Amino acid sequence: MDISLDLLFNAIVSGVLLGGFYAAMSLGISISFGMLDIVNIAHPVMIILGAYLTWWLNESFGFDPILSAVVMAPFFFVLGFIIYRIYYDRFEKNAGGDSLRGLAFFFGVLFIVEMILILLFGVDYRNVNTGYTDVSLKLGFVSLPYRLLIPCVLSVGLLLLIREIFRRTYFGRAVSAVAQDPLALQLMGVNPVKVKGYAFGLSLMIAGFSGAMLMIIQSVQPAAGRDYIGLVFAVCVLGGMGNLMGTLFAAMILGIAESMTSTFAGPSWAPAVSFGLLLLTLAFRPQGIFGK
Amino acid sequence: MNSHSKFFFGVFVVAAIFGSLPFLIHSEYFFFAAYSVLQFVILATAWNILGGYAGYVNFGSAAFFAIGAYATVAGFKLQFPQGANIVFGTFMAGLIGLGMGYLTLRLKGVFFSIATLALSVVLLTIVTNTPFLGGARGVYVIVPRESPIGVGQYIHWLYFLILGMAIFSVVVARVIEHSSLGRGLMAIRDDELAAEGLGVPTLKLKLIATTISGALMGLAGTTFPYLITYMEPTATFNLSFAVNSIAMPIVGGLGSWIGPVIGALLLGSIQQVASVTLSSTWNLLIVGGVLVFFVTLAPNGIMGIFKKK
Repeated sequence: MDISLDLLFNAIVSGVLLGGFYAAMSLGISISFGMLDIVNIAHPVMIILGAYLTWWLNESFGFDPILSAVVMAPFFFVLGFIIYRIYYDRFEKNAGGDSLRGLAFFFGVLFIVEMILILLFGVDYRNVNTGYTDVSLKLGFVSLPYRLLIPCVLSVGLLLLIREIFRRTYFGRAVSAVAQDPLALQLMGVNPVKVKGYAFGLSLMIAGFSGAMLMIIQSVQPAAGRDYIGLVFAVCVLGGMGNLMGTLFAAMILGIAESMTSTFAGPSWAPAVSFGLLLLTLAFRPQGIFGK
Repeated sequence: MNSHSKFFFGVFVVAAIFGSLPFLIHSEYFFFAAYSVLQFVILATAWNILGGYAGYVNFGSAAFFAIGAYATVAGFKLQFPQGANIVFGTFMAGLIGLGMGYLTLRLKGVFFSIATLALSVVLLTIVTNTPFLGGARGVYVIVPRESPIGVGQYIHWLYFLILGMAIFSVVVARVIEHSSLGRGLMAIRDDELAAEGLGVPTLKLKLIATTISGALMGLAGTTFPYLITYMEPTATFNLSFAVNSIAMPIVGGLGSWIGPVIGALLLGSIQQVASVTLSSTWNLLIVGGVLVFFVTLAPNGIMGIFKKK
């Protein structure tokens, strides 16, 4: 009984730590899908791209993953801005709501990025070792491994920062406005295409950051992004579209659910958790747990 | 001759030409390649029924294909005859398509797409954890060396089977296209709200289309275990099935039965050449590149370019 209680407690703790990181992964989707209505299914592969760049920066220049997250940010921002311009020109401008082709576009991008990663780096797992990789913070009988704790703290910090940006700055309010009524925004003299481009750039910037954090947590191979597709969308829908605090809580719930499944049913079952939760949410509560 | 008899005359001619190939060509490899292309004809045609006609994107072709394949493995282990396995696999894929559709099709179309995207992951997890289906290690499916019809080798038999299935799928797609179901689906694609308002039973039609589309994808998978004889989850849940069954109809041209056929024959043949001369990674890179190219620059596919002239 004592052992299983210990196990349960540790599973919850590592679930919360993992959940914090999941919040960062899903934050980008919450912005692009939840606010901008762009179904970027290539988002997880962008996270993997970020992870590989982190690995490459570490290998070539000895950068710490946290430093890489900062260094990569402008690159991902520009990449996102360019992708949005193409997306807007080809699929959004004609207002036909041609979501089919937009989806197919991102699906194609997903494959292109993944295959280029395989051609450049092969299919082997890559990992980055830092001074804190194998160290844990011991609090009584709970141990907090730094490789989970650091990404969790940084991810939650980033989420809260972005939430404040959205609430307090001109840019943030413009993004919220474009989510609600792009026409009205245009009438107010703001170019919604520009605002959406910046916001999409921000969402890819977060993908790059998540990739750096992923590299701290575990080793990565090019196809790893596929496992997270269900997860990020599950969190985004469960938390309520574009609701950033909801995203954080939903990510924690999913992290705990996955960690419990790994502990008590075996790690090989964990990938099914996010999908099951996604399907249940879509079937019974498509507005999310915090929605009205 | 009206268009219907023209179509069936054309089907007859194509069937006769393709059906006589085993008597003319001796290279066994040719039939493996032809099998793979015809398999893509089925997948692309099936995808087009929901994607092209109704505008709903299914990312889970690999999952439906795998349902057909693994239902066959289950049937094989229970010593069902091959014909029963084909029916069983098709039925199971259709059933899961119906279930998925029922849970997600009432929402905006993109939620259906996202759910299908994750379907492969969950089914892969289930198969990996089910020892009866071979688990992660895989399972052998023993096939006889000789063709059961007495002509040629076993690969020739499989070739005849997949040829028959491909023709069947194309006929089904064309029949749907010219039926009230097809017209209803196209109304949904153009403006779902308006269609609903005009009394089109949108949910019902979408569910029928999802079921037929899923069943045909499953059908394509039912002979797969007999072809590769060693079933292993990652090869069966290969995302190349998913990306190809989207790329092929888009390259050929959406919304008409001929588009996916052209796309599958073209992209399928290119990939057969590429997989010999380059690698499977290059294969997928080419498909992804072609998909992005067509979707951004030639959204109506080859048929669209053709029609403009």
